[in-house]
Parts: sequence; C-alpha cells; structure tokens
Amino acid sequence: MHDVVWKKIGPLSNIPVRGARRLCFGLGGKPIAVFRTGEDKFFALVDECPHKKGPLSEGIVSGNTITCPLHNWVIGLDTGIAAEPDEGKTQTVPVKLENGELYIGLELERAPA
Amino acid sequence: MNMISDPREHLVVIGNGMAGMRTVEELLKLPGGKRFRITVFGAEPHVNYNRIMLSSVLAGDKSIDEIVINSREWYAENEINLITGDAVKKIDRETRTVISASGVEVRYDKILIATGSRPLAPPIPGLGLPGTCAFRDIADVDKMLAAAKTHKRAVVIGGGLLGLEAAWGLKQRGMSVALVHLMPTLMERQLDAAAGQLLQRDLDRRGIAFFTDGQTEEITGTDRAEGVQLADGRFIPADLVVLAIGIRPNIDLAKAADLEVNRGIVVTDDMRTSDPDIFSVGECVEHRGAVFGLVAPIWDQAKVCASRLAGDETALFTSRALATSLKITGVDVFSAGALMAEGGDDDEITLRDDNRGLYKKIVVRDGKLVGAVLYGDVADGQWYLGLIRDKTDIREMRDKLVFGRAFAESLPPGKTGPDTASMPDDAQICGCNGVSKGSIVCAIKDKGLVSLSQVRSHTKASASCGQCTNLVEAILADTLGGAVEKKAPSICECTDAGHDAVRQGIVAQSLKTMGAVRAAFGWKKPEGCHKCRPALNYYLICAWPGEYSDDSRSRFINERAHANIQKDGTYSVVPRMWGGVTTPSELHAIAAVAEKFNIPTVKVTGGQRIDLLGVKKEDLPAVWGDLSKAGMVSGHAYAKGLRTVKTCVGSEWCRFGTQDSTGLGIKLEKMCWGSWTPHKVKFAVSGCPRNCAEATIKDLGVVCVEAGYDLLVGGNGGVDVRVTDPLVRVATEEDVLEYTGAFMQLYREEAHYLERTAPWIARVGIAYVKKRLVDDAEGRRSLNARFLYSQKFSQDDPWAARAGGLDAQEFTKLPELADA
Repeated sequence: MHDVVWKKIGPLSNIPVRGARRLCFGLGGKPIAVFRTGEDKFFALVDECPHKKGPLSEGIVSGNTITCPLHNWVIGLDTGIAAEPDEGKTQTVPVKLENGELYIGLELERAPA
Repeated sequence: MNMISDPREHLVVIGNGMAGMRTVEELLKLPGGKRFRITVFGAEPHVNYNRIMLSSVLAGDKSIDEIVINSREWYAENEINLITGDAVKKIDRETRTVISASGVEVRYDKILIATGSRPLAPPIPGLGLPGTCAFRDIADVDKMLAAAKTHKRAVVIGGGLLGLEAAWGLKQRGMSVALVHLMPTLMERQLDAAAGQLLQRDLDRRGIAFFTDGQTEEITGTDRAEGVQLADGRFIPADLVVLAIGIRPNIDLAKAADLEVNRGIVVTDDMRTSDPDIFSVGECVEHRGAVFGLVAPIWDQAKVCASRLAGDETALFTSRALATSLKITGVDVFSAGALMAEGGDDDEITLRDDNRGLYKKIVVRDGKLVGAVLYGDVADGQWYLGLIRDKTDIREMRDKLVFGRAFAESLPPGKTGPDTASMPDDAQICGCNGVSKGSIVCAIKDKGLVSLSQVRSHTKASASCGQCTNLVEAILADTLGGAVEKKAPSICECTDAGHDAVRQGIVAQSLKTMGAVRAAFGWKKPEGCHKCRPALNYYLICAWPGEYSDDSRSRFINERAHANIQKDGTYSVVPRMWGGVTTPSELHAIAAVAEKFNIPTVKVTGGQRIDLLGVKKEDLPAVWGDLSKAGMVSGHAYAKGLRTVKTCVGSEWCRFGTQDSTGLGIKLEKMCWGSWTPHKVKFAVSGCPRNCAEATIKDLGVVCVEAGYDLLVGGNGGVDVRVTDPLVRVATEEDVLEYTGAFMQLYREEAHYLERTAPWIARVGIAYVKKRLVDDAEGRRSLNARFLYSQKFSQDDPWAARAGGLDAQEFTKLPELADA
C-alpha cells in the first residue's frame, strides 16, 4: 500500500441525504464525488461512470448504489462495480468520518503538492 | 468433398422464409430428423425473419433485429448449410439436382419447396416507376422508410390486411396517407360491412384518407411516381405508391419442374407434391382447392410435413377454421368463420355500442357457432374460435353468447378477463402458432420458466402477432401460483405492481409518502431505484397537491438543477417567453447575462425562445438572479411539465388570421406553466388553418377558424412523428382554456410516468379521451377544477427561489480545505 494522506472535506451534513457533492480538487486529474446514502453511510468514488465518464455525483442514490445520469448504469457505491448486465468499474476512494468531519484518503504521490 | 461420404439423406429446402424454416425446426425436434443433412436456399440476403411483423417494423414498433427468428449461429449450431441471396432457378428431377441462380448445384434426396408467394401485380401503367413498391419483404420496407424520410405523400392501393398495415405504418412515419380500395368497405373478406365501416371511421379519424370503390387506372409520373389516377376521374397526388392488393402463390419453379400446379403447387394431405420426394408448405401450396395466407394453417402444414419427412406415415393436414387480426396499435379487429348469415336457418346476433366503438357479431347455425366478427374488444376472439372449431353446442348460452365469455359462462363477480385457470388443457391460446394451454403449462413446469420471454422462446406462444400475450401471462401467473389478474408490465424490478395499480392504490388507500407506497405494494428494495422513485414522486405530487412535498433526490439531474445538463457537464438556461413574445428589455437582460458570464452559445430554440448554452453549474443561481430581476422566469425546458406554447401572430397582424392566436397562446401558457406532468408537454396555437405554429404535431394544438377553435391532441415530432387527433371544435377562448385544463389533468392523472400524450392516446384511444372530455361536461369541469387547484401549488418560479439561496449545496462544490 502507498502512504495515504487524509484531507478534511468538511462535515457529513454538507452532503445531502441520498445525494452527493463533487470536490474542488481531483485525483490524478480526475474529479471525486462523495456520496451519502439514506442510511447515512458515506462513500467516495472517482466522479466518472465507467461507461462514458458521466458525472456520478449528479445521479440518483438508492440504497448503496448510484445511477449515472447519462445512460442509467447502476454503480455500487462500496465497490465501484457496475451492476449486471453492464460491465465496468469506477475507482473507489478511501473516506472516513472523525468527529463529524469527513476525510478523503489520497495516495501520497498523487496528492496535490 | 465429404458430401459423398456423409451417410445421411440430403434435404434441400428452397425458400428461407417462415414456412420452410418452421418445417426444419419441427424436423430437428423429431428423432427421425437426424437422418437428414440440410441445405437451405434463400433468395433474400437475410436470415429467416418473421414476415408478419414487417408492418411493426414499418410503424417503428420493432427493429429488423427484433423480428429475426433464427440467427446465423442457429443455422451453424444445427449444421444447416445456409445459402442466402441466391434463388433456386431449376429443379432437375432426372439428375435429382437443384441449381441456383449463381450456379450452385446440389444433389438431393428430398426437396421441400417453400417459395411462398409474391405480391399480386396487375398490369397497371406506371407500376415499376421509382417511388412504387410492394409490401412483401425487408427490401420493400427499406424503400418505404427511405421515401418517408424525404417525401410527404403516400398512396396505398389495397384495403385488405396488408394494405391497411402499410398505410398505418407510413402514417406513423409522418407521411400523409391515402388508401385506395376497389371495394365499398375495407377488409371485406374478413369483416362484414358494419365492422369494415367502423374500421374506416377510426382510421379516418387517425388521418388516413380513404378512396373506396376506387379502381386504379394508372400510376402517373415521368421520372418517379407523381400520383394515382382512378377510373372514375379522381386523382390523388403521391410521392410513394405502395401496391398491396394481395398475394399469388410462387409456383414458377414447381411448374418448370413439371409438378402438378393449379393456383398453387398442388399437395395432398401428407404435404407431398405430385413427386413423392418433393414436399411443399406455406403460401405456395394449394390443398384441396384452398390456398393459404395466414400463419396458423401453415404451422400445421409444417408439423405434418416434418413428421412425414421424419418417417411418420400417419400425419395428415386438415384445414381448420381460421381467425384474422390486424396489427394497428389501438385498433382491435378479429374475425373467424362466416361473416354473415348464409341461409334462412342462420341467425346473426349483433351487439353495437357506437360511443365506445364496440361491435360484435356472431353467426349461429343449427345450435352451433359458425362465425364471429369483433371490433374494438377482441379479448374473447380465441374463445369464439374454439367454439367454432369444436362445434360446441351453444344452445344453452345462445342468449348470452354475444356479451362475451365472462358473461356467457357466468364467472364469479369481479372477474373480468378471460379465466385461464378454468380453461381445459386443449384450449387453444395462441392462434398463430397453434399452442394449447396444456403445452404452455407443461413447458412452464418442465423447464422451470418464469418469464413471458422464456415462454415465448420455448413454446412460441404469443411470439407471432402477440395478441394473446395477456392470456399467456395469465397462464404463467396461474401456473407459478401468482394472481390470476391480468398483469400489466411492472414499474421496475423493485415491484410486480404496474403503473395503473400503483396510481389507483395511492388514491384509494390514501398513500401519501413513497415509503407508504412501497410498503403497501411490497417493494423488494426499501429505497426503490432510479426508475420507480421519479415515477412515485410524480404520482404523489399529482395525487396530493399541496400535501406531498417534492423529493428532489428522486428527480433526474435536469429537474433537480432546473437546467439541462449538456454533454460536457455544463448547463443550458432557457427563460420563458410567453407565447414566444419578448421585449427589448428582456433581450437586453439576456444579452447582459450572456456577456457577464461568458456564455459561449446563444441560440433561438424551435419553441420560440432563447437558449443560453454552456453555463457553468456554479454560475446558475447568479444567472437566474439576473434574469429574475428583468422579470423572467424558468422556461422549464428541462422539466416533465409544460415547455413551450408556440404561436403565430394571428389576427393582430396577419391578413389570414381569424383569431388572436398569440394572445390565446399566452393565456394558455400562463394557466399551465409550472405543472408537473408524466412527460414533457408542448402546445401551439395557429391563427388559421395554414397552421404556421405547427399545432398538429403538439401534445395540444389549437387551430383557429372563423367559427371558433379546433382543439387537437396527442401529436409529437421526434423520432416517431405523430399527428394530432381532432378532439373538438369550440366557440370561445374560455372553452379552450377549460378543455385544456381538463386535458392536462386527465393526462396527469392517467398516463404512465414517462409516457407522452401520443403513446398514451394510442394506448387508451382517442374515443376514450373524447368520452371523458367532450361527452361528459360535468367530468370535464371537475378535471379542469382539479388542474387549477393543483396549479396553486406549482406556479412558484424555481429560479427565483434558487437565486435566493435555496438548494445552495446543489450548485457549489465542496471547497478545498487546508491539508490535514
């Protein structure tokens, strides 16, 4: 494993229930989306659908899945894997909650300087 | 080659159509089928497809891929040597060889001739000009589709099954269509005059012009077809002329081989021609003086022929009573047996309800049913056909028979549809493919089938014309232990409930939250999915105006962000321009916004408004704020709601204008903006019948005339252009507003989510919409009142609210914070 740098991105309440926000900074040039489910679970993914790079942060959250707004691919928030019959995977991003604040884990060499 | 060493007999099939390949399929199922190696010659370049469904391809309901019966892989898997695009030109019975047009020569042990039929083409001058075609194969459909793209006017010659389906398909493709028919009424061989007239009336209302008693004299034109000249002097201009007056068995090959032919290739009950090694099936054959154009008896022939080829010397083909149906969406026609009383002992029993567009006639002879003609409601068709075929004694129920099965058999109250559970196992379900209830039940049990598509692929039931789909679904439900009730397609995989059931449940059980709906209908996923959530959110908003609060998390991004997402992730902004009218100050404000926010593209839309394209998401609230200050509101160009009201300048400026179309358009838009609907809604108001506002392809169009206003509904542009159906002519603007409110509310309350008015009306029928809006004045007024009430809660400008800070999270990214 690479060293991970945790970046604070603000309180969980910043993210709407069954919704998502996009981050200002990216991961190796790719945008990141942070999701919050109806059960207050939280996940982060690269904000690109494996199909046509649609912005997943603009989709509909149901259970632990996100539906891409462009062509309705359904992506697992925990795994980044597309539900059948589609095939593909979006990169997951580590995320943790400490004292009500969310942190995103970025690999050291990819973190912005 | 190894052909010589192959010990199997060689079966050469001439014709890669439905009849020939069905015989091969049946043969492959039999143990005796293993004795053959098989070569198939097809004149068309395609694999085997369902010719019956060509009309659905033409109408845009199906693609070519969807009507393929057997793929090339199937031929390969079954070791069938398929030669396409190469017609057989000779059978040499001396040397026992078959020779193709390209010179392929194969020896045969047995031949199956399945050359089908060709379109009847009398020597009409002009036939063969570019812009003329038949309606027989994929190439014809391609020609018609190409013509529909570039030309406007089509004439179909022939008012039988095929001609009507061709006319309807071309109409669906946006052409204006006229139909010429030699006889006084349509489909006169399958329908009596009354049903034929009802059919003509319904299709006339859908915009097909009829020229009955029309003898075609000539197709005029020099470089391509320009029109059709009738013998009585009438002339119909045309860019496309489709000849669909009938078919003739294709017997040339058999005749040249000195087989016995008459109208068709003569076969005996064992499907053999006059040469015992040569069999024939399908539309090319003549059996006991009869030729065949419908699929059911041909499937019987295929079965008998396969059995005979496989060595069964007992199988015999017998002609049975036949049924016909027409594949035009929303037009239900069925006929079987005798069309009318033929002698003094025959009785006709008729039921007619003009308001509902229903007609039923049965013909009774000696206590037995010998014929049935149904129009408008054909659910009992197969039941009547069964009574005719089985020669059932119907004297006991004669007085109830015409009212249909449910009544005649006095089913328990509450049951409306056909009762599949109590049907005997030998009851025929699928008339096209001759599948009985017993064989469907067996297949479901033996193979563990759980879906309609599986049942179709295993039994072929409902796989041809599809009219028995409901019955097959009901049998599937019975067999699997589910409810007997007719199963509508479910909203999504989360539930088995269909749209109508859920909508009715929401009102009947006072369900006011998505959670309550999901609990009441046993949703499999507690939070639903991206398909059902937007639908339920809409259904609840519609059912409980002022009580249910919108769930923005169950909306697609465009409706959540109140702007249209573009492919690069930016958004477009379209402010409302009431009736397409703007002012210098609005234009100043739009120009200022475009410059201030570096908006790259400013475009005039097809709906008479201005589109600002390429706005960054984070700029949206500020852009809206500036537009709000200039008095503009959201144009809802992103919404399933009222979008544009297109108008012409009308009587205020135009020398042809009959009424103030612009003013009326603005009134309509002011009344209806902001409402949520199942899908987007577009209006137009034209000031005269020249129709500059294109009102005939809108969800609701108004065409002003001297005497008042013609209201038209259910049109749309897009891939499948649909022209509106006329609803009513009214006298005053107040009437227009009342009808419009009522129409909006009927659509809002009864259409399925994501169903536009065009497919909704195609589904329920314009007669139903008229019944609710025109015939029932009381009902119309209360629909309009419900619409106006719900509008009280929906006419808040979403842009002003968001410019003021609502949903700020939606439009800002999470900020970058200092390193942890």
